[in-house]
Amino acid sequence: MKYLCMIYGIEPDLSKVSPEEMKSMMGDYDAFTKDIVQKGKYVAGEALQPVRTATTVRVRDGKVATTDGPFAETKEVLGGFYLIDAVDLNEAIQIAGRIPGARFGCVEVRPVMDLSKHP
Amino acid sequence: MDDLRQELSRIHREDSRRILATLVRLLGDWELAEDALQDAFAEALAKWPVQGIPGNPRAWLVSAGRFRAIDKIRRGRIFAPLPEGFDELLVAPHDESSEPEFLELPDDRLRMVFTCCHPALSEEARLALTLREVCGLTTESIAAAFLVPASTVAQRIVRAKAKICDARIPFQVPEGSQLQERLDAVLQVVYLVFSEGYHSSRRVDLLRIDLTIDALRLGELLLELIPDEEVKGLMALMLFQDSRRTARVDAAGDLVLLEQQDRSLWNRLAIERGQKLVDEAFASGRVGPYALQAAIASLHAAATTAASTDWPQIAGLYQVLRRSSPSPVVDLNAAVAEGMANGAEVGLRRVDALLAEGMLVGYSPTHSARAAFLEKLGRVEEARLAWKSALALVTEDGAQRRFLERKIADLG
Repeated sequence: MKYLCMIYGIEPDLSKVSPEEMKSMMGDYDAFTKDIVQKGKYVAGEALQPVRTATTVRVRDGKVATTDGPFAETKEVLGGFYLIDAVDLNEAIQIAGRIPGARFGCVEVRPVMDLSKHP
Repeated sequence: MDDLRQELSRIHREDSRRILATLVRLLGDWELAEDALQDAFAEALAKWPVQGIPGNPRAWLVSAGRFRAIDKIRRGRIFAPLPEGFDELLVAPHDESSEPEFLELPDDRLRMVFTCCHPALSEEARLALTLREVCGLTTESIAAAFLVPASTVAQRIVRAKAKICDARIPFQVPEGSQLQERLDAVLQVVYLVFSEGYHSSRRVDLLRIDLTIDALRLGELLLELIPDEEVKGLMALMLFQDSRRTARVDAAGDLVLLEQQDRSLWNRLAIERGQKLVDEAFASGRVGPYALQAAIASLHAAATTAASTDWPQIAGLYQVLRRSSPSPVVDLNAAVAEGMANGAEVGLRRVDALLAEGMLVGYSPTHSARAAFLEKLGRVEEARLAWKSALALVTEDGAQRRFLERKIADLG
């Protein structure tokens, strides 16, 4: 079963993060990604650009309305995600708990809907 | 025929939860398993009068339930796609005449407990689901015990089951490092069930639901299947509290404080068993919060009079508990124990320090503790105000409210 792991956290001020800290964080993510790829649990995963680059799009009465910013202003923002393949929620929780971002922010785990079972 | 009906209803009462747990494991679907359970008992009622009661009734019922469920799936498969993993189920042979008698069935209730207490479910859902699926309480009984509408409980259970299915919460006992963490969640549910039964001042007169008995049964089950030191600690803690059940309420249904209880009413058998479990937990060398609380309760149980209570040792145990599982309520208990050990002045100072930190201002027992120390120091006016603060924070009618009202009246 596929689970989407959404990584939320307070966005760091990148100008204040030292190159060493950045390197160690990237190293942690690299190691984690390699590990789940090797174990056949990885489907996809990306880091997102800062929330200031977000644009929210809605269509109302056939017209596209575009607004600046995320759909909801929250302190903790979506910073990246992994799509994983796990046997059950216990395994998904175990994998999510090893995502480096879980140590600072949190990871929301959502099972992906299997559309083949909803004709 | 009457004997048979009686036997069948005994099996239903004692074993239906265990049979359901095994059917959930075999069928991988809760709804299907519940239907299968009903079908199995119906079939027994029809067949046993002719065939006689089988040698292993539980295995017979599991087998019959499974067979009926497979039959249903076969008949329905033209209409709906098969759920995953059902193929192996369909090829499994079913031979009613021989199989059940020799089948050694594992006890699946522990899987059931861990699934019902999964941390991915809300605390309310865990409670309702455990009482429904493990203890076999009806939705109406659970609703009456927690003073919520039956429809609310039903909805919690339906939602929890949907999440178990949709998010694929597995029907298994976690292993390795996950077991300890998950066991904590299970113990918490058991203790919540017990506390609700023990402290509830509500009277559910007609139904007379006693959640403490359900919690003790759950404790016994855990003790049998995972004899971990914290399971022993929790069981001991519940036994010590339960040993005082008749002494803590007077004829009018009012609360009697530990200090004033008639200690001859305490259940000695429960205390002895609790003491044995505490000793075992401490002998393991890994003492957790439940074993610590049980040890504190054991010191109260060991005192033949309130005056002979070993308060210095209780205060010491609370300090250990504060370090291992800090919480404002533990801080308050530690402050009270210290006051009992070293005098009301020390106790009052400790409680006031906690109030100054702001954490316990909205908690009625803090003001009660303060009032009791003020009374001992002869500061009657301040005590009266403190009892009133405690009373103002009690929202429900019942023994707690009556106790505080009496305290204020006693001060004249």
